[in-house]
Order: sequence, then structure tokens, then C-alpha cells
Amino acid sequence: MLMRESAEDDVLLDVRDLETHFYGEESVTRALGGVSFQVKKGETLGVVGESGCGKSVTALSILRLLPKLTARTVGGEVRFHGRDLLDLSDREMRKIRGHRIAMIFQEPMTSLNPVYTVGRQIAEAVQIHTNATHSTAMAKAEEMLRLVRIADPERRVNNYPYEMSGGMRQRAMIAMALACSPELLIADEPTTALDVTIQAQILRLIVDLKERTGTAVMFITHDLGVVAETCQRVIVMYAGRIVEQAAVTDLFARPAHPYTQGLMRSVPDPRRGRQRRLPEIPGIVPSLREPIVGCSFAPRCPFAIDICREKTPMLRDVGSSHAAACWRAEEVMGA
Amino acid sequence: MTGPLLKVENLTKHYPLGSGIFKKSIPVIRAVEDVTFSVEAGETLCIVGESGCGKSTIARLLMRLVEPTGGRVLIDGTDIAGLKKDALHAWRRRMQMVFQDPYSSLNPRLTAGQIITEPVENFERLSRKQRNALAADLLQKVGMSPEMMHRLPSELSGGQRQRLGIARALALKPSLIIADEAVSALDVSVQAQILNLLLDLQQQMGIAFVFISHDLGVVEHIAHRVAVMYLGRIVELAPSEALFAKPVHPYTEALIAAAPVPDPTRVRLEVPLEGEMPSPINPPKGCAFHPRCPLAIERCRIEVPPLVPMADGRVVACHVRAPAERQMQPTHVDLQLGH
Repeated sequence: MLMRESAEDDVLLDVRDLETHFYGEESVTRALGGVSFQVKKGETLGVVGESGCGKSVTALSILRLLPKLTARTVGGEVRFHGRDLLDLSDREMRKIRGHRIAMIFQEPMTSLNPVYTVGRQIAEAVQIHTNATHSTAMAKAEEMLRLVRIADPERRVNNYPYEMSGGMRQRAMIAMALACSPELLIADEPTTALDVTIQAQILRLIVDLKERTGTAVMFITHDLGVVAETCQRVIVMYAGRIVEQAAVTDLFARPAHPYTQGLMRSVPDPRRGRQRRLPEIPGIVPSLREPIVGCSFAPRCPFAIDICREKTPMLRDVGSSHAAACWRAEEVMGA
Repeated sequence: MTGPLLKVENLTKHYPLGSGIFKKSIPVIRAVEDVTFSVEAGETLCIVGESGCGKSTIARLLMRLVEPTGGRVLIDGTDIAGLKKDALHAWRRRMQMVFQDPYSSLNPRLTAGQIITEPVENFERLSRKQRNALAADLLQKVGMSPEMMHRLPSELSGGQRQRLGIARALALKPSLIIADEAVSALDVSVQAQILNLLLDLQQQMGIAFVFISHDLGVVEHIAHRVAVMYLGRIVELAPSEALFAKPVHPYTEALIAAAPVPDPTRVRLEVPLEGEMPSPINPPKGCAFHPRCPLAIERCRIEVPPLVPMADGRVVACHVRAPAERQMQPTHVDLQLGH
């Protein structure tokens, strides 16, 4: 099958045809329309796309953290060490979540509990998944804060989240996520709310820790610059599907999907001239409430021809470890 | 007309922390400290810096949504700080603002047409026919179809809402638009559309922009001149090309180096800047940047560096990179902090 040439024991997470729906009062939103990809051991996989493309829903579906009343994963598999996470009981899933697969979010203020000290929250995560005593767990918390380079960790373990800056809170979140040495860290826009100089520090920290611990990272972001600096492989999502996947250098050198190409060209780049009009992607993203016929990008695509409006293109190989869901990918790569 | 459109002189804003009726001195947040710049007609001046550097406070001071603690804001030579209510009302026609969040800055109960014609109706009565014609005209200017005037904000996309915010700002035909992080909440493809719109409008109508942003890529694309702020002060103000080609202030340098570049072949050597911005309640003495500055010398810990003009038309506040010719007297602010 497509892009499965790598040895199976390299694969940490294998997502197949994942489909997630959101249920409104009168409508169903097909947030994920069959998403398949793999995360290999120790790699950093970037997931890029714009608001509503399904990148966060993918993460929440993998970890089964979707809002229970309004959303459901209706199809597909999430294979982790050969077992389908979607089949596990809630109890079994809790053992995996935060222990073997951890997640960090965009806004550390809302993901940390405001009424407990940071140290206690990290220690709690440790105690849930190991049989550590409170004092060893607290020692572990302090060690983790030192690992994420928070100055003065002895004092900071006793801080409440509000006593920390945004950058420090994100460090504390990373400390908590890594406390149980997960095999996979899912980071959902972890630096989007931070200032650029702090973002540079946090990105460097994630890259360093990944190299030290061997944790694989699934890095969700809308920022192509962040992808270029942190990821080895990238998947690009549009309207609930993967439209392209490639090694990061190939993706930037020769984007094979018109959407990827449009996205890259719409980022201001002084090398192409200042105060000039930027190439736009015309139109807006389609509604996922109605079924989409053909390629979901066709109405905005400069390459679209009749077949694009009639048949949905499947992800297919366009180079070594480079796949795109586009009928005209070869021409796009030459453009 | 002679002289700049907008002139800002020694603008300062301190927010008192609490109301100390009985206390002798109340601690203050030094949000903006002694800021001076000007904007020519049809020019784009960008103000960059990280959260808490005072850039949004400047936007509010320019619109006189908050009163300055000190300094002046002159439009065509008239100081708006001294204006009484009626006169200020008239001057507001000249300046309009576009906000960051297109969700919270539009009244959810008004239609698109009502939102964009409301500024004009503050000044003159419009018949229904006039109002519809104005709404249609404004919507077309920002690239939306006139039928959209009957829609509510909740029925529009984020990009369309930001277009409405811009249409509303255009309604009074201002000579200056203050845009506070106007494209920061938008996806890149939508951001490109809005930036193009702003560039088009500037070309067609000669509007000047004070564009406040933390995104250096966007700033480099649209700015004629750039002011870099750190902890309430301008540390460097330069023509855009010169600033990005050769930043002089070490903070400007670090800021440019920290911005992620969409080029995976570029190797980042080191984290450009350690530590975080200190609190504006108790800013460091001397140069506020010295605790994080790799170049800091003794003098930086004692004296606030003045903005020194350089040969290429920029001004820089740095004792090391732009030393003043002679020892400056400690400023008023130093004395306050010194005791």
C-alpha cells in the first residue's frame, strides 16, 4: 500500500482511514474524511493546515478526547503497538494517555489547573502512571522543571500557574507531558500564543528533548516557518483530508499539491519583493456539512479541470516518500 | 500641506496600580515611556515588539481612547490631547482603527451594512437609499459583494469579518488608519488577501497606516519604516529595508533572528535570546534590555541610552552600537527610578 514501504517495526502509530463527525442540531460536520498516516519511532512529524482543516480533531480523535456528546469517530483505526486505540476500554485508554502518548496544547493557562501548584500537578501525573510515592514524585517534578530549563526549579515547583509567565507555563506543560517518558508527544500549536523570542526558546527545547529522550513528536501547527525548523516529515491537511505528505525538504522544494503551493506563496517573503501584492488563494474553505463531490480544493484551484470536479483524488506517490492527493500533481510540481 | 500627518512627541503612559489615596507614591505600570515618531501622508509605519512592549497602548493613545500621562499627539499640527469633546469628535474622522479580533470587534446584532455605515451616521443623517448606496460602495471597496450587507457577523467567515472591520474604518475616508494586529488572528491564505487589500487601499486612496504587529514577516512586507519597541520605549526606528538588512540594536537583531523562516535548509545556530521581558512595573535601571543583552557594558546598567541618529536615517538607543557623542545627563526618568 501507499507509503508503507518502511519496516513495520519502525512505525509507532499507524492511523488508517480515520473518520470523525461532529453532530449539530440539524447537521453533521464531516471533520475528518478518512485520514491515514504513520508516525515513526523518534521522528518529528508536522501536521499543517489552516483553521478547520482537521489537524486538531486528528489529535483529539487519536487520544479519544473528543467532546462525547457532539462528536464521534465513526470509522478507521488508530494502531499503537499493534492495538487499535479505538477498541480500548476507557480504563485502558487512560493508562496510555499521559503515559505513553502525551499531549500539550496551545494555551498553557487553560490546560493547567489554577488552584494547584505546578509541582503538584506534575507529581500527580507521575503518580497516576507509576507507583511512585508523593516525595519521589515531587522530586521527579523538580527534576523535570530543571530539564525544561526553568530557572530556580526548587522554588518554582511551589508556584501556581498564575505566578508564571506564558513561556514558563508552556515549559511546565512540557515537563508534565514528558514526566512519564512517553513514546509519542502530540503538540498542538504549542508556541502559537508565545512571543517570537520565547517561541524560539520553546522550539529549541522541544527539539533538544526529543533528541535526548527519543520521543516521537507529532507537531500540529499553522506556521510553515515552525514546520521548516522542527519537523522531518510533514502532512498537509485541507478540509478534513490529507492532501500531501513528504519529507520537509521535498515539501518546501517541490510542493505537489496546489493548496500547499498556494499556502507557501501566500506567506510574505521579502525575497519576492516588498509592498507587492501577495499571490492569493481565492475563495474560502468549503463547508464540511455538505458532501463534497470531487476534489474539495477544486473551486479554489488554478489547476482544476473537469475530473477534479467529478472524482475525489486519492493520496498517491509522486516521488520517493512524497505523496499528494491531486490529479495533476506532476504538473503542479513543475509549475 | 507641510509637516507630517501625525506627529507623536514624548508620549508617555503610566497606569497606576490601585488608587492610593493615603499612600505617597503608587506603583505604576510604565506602559509607554517617552515615545517620539511621525507618520507622513500615505506612509506605513509599523510598530513591532513582543507582548507588553506598549505597542497596543500607543494605538489607544493615538485614538485618544486613553489619556496620556505626558507628551503630545499632533495631527496636521493640532494637538488632539487638548481638544474638547466636540472638536475631538471632528478629528476622529481623520483617524480610524482596525482591531485584531474580527469576532469581538463587530456588534453581533447589527447587519454588515449597519456596521459599516454607523461611523458616517455619527456625523450626518442618511436616508435609507443613501445608506444602502454607501454600504454597497464600501463592501465593494473591500472586495465583498453588496448582497452581504444584510448578513450578520455570525454568518461571515473570519476573513470577511476583517474586511468589514476595514470597510467600517474606510467609511469616513480617513487619512490615517491604525491597525492593531489586524491580520494576526487570520490564517495565512486569508492574511494574504487582507494584506493585499490594505496595499491596494493605500495606493488608491493614499491612506497612511500605523500598523502594529508582532509578525516580522508581515511587517517586512508592508512597512515603509519600522519602530521596534521594548518595554515601553522605541529602541530602533529605521526605514524597513535598512532595518531588516542590517539591524543595529541587539534586540532588533534577536527579534529578526528568532522569527521562524519557512526554509528547511536554513540551519539555526543558537537560540537568539535567553530570558524574558522584565515587568514594566519595575523595569531594570539603565537600558531596559541590558539583563538579556549579550553586549551589555557597565554604562547600560546605569544610564538609559538616548535615541541617537545614524547616517542612514535611522535612530538607535544603544550605548554600545550607537554611543552618543557626549555623556548625556541622566533623564528625568532615571532620577525617578534612582531613589
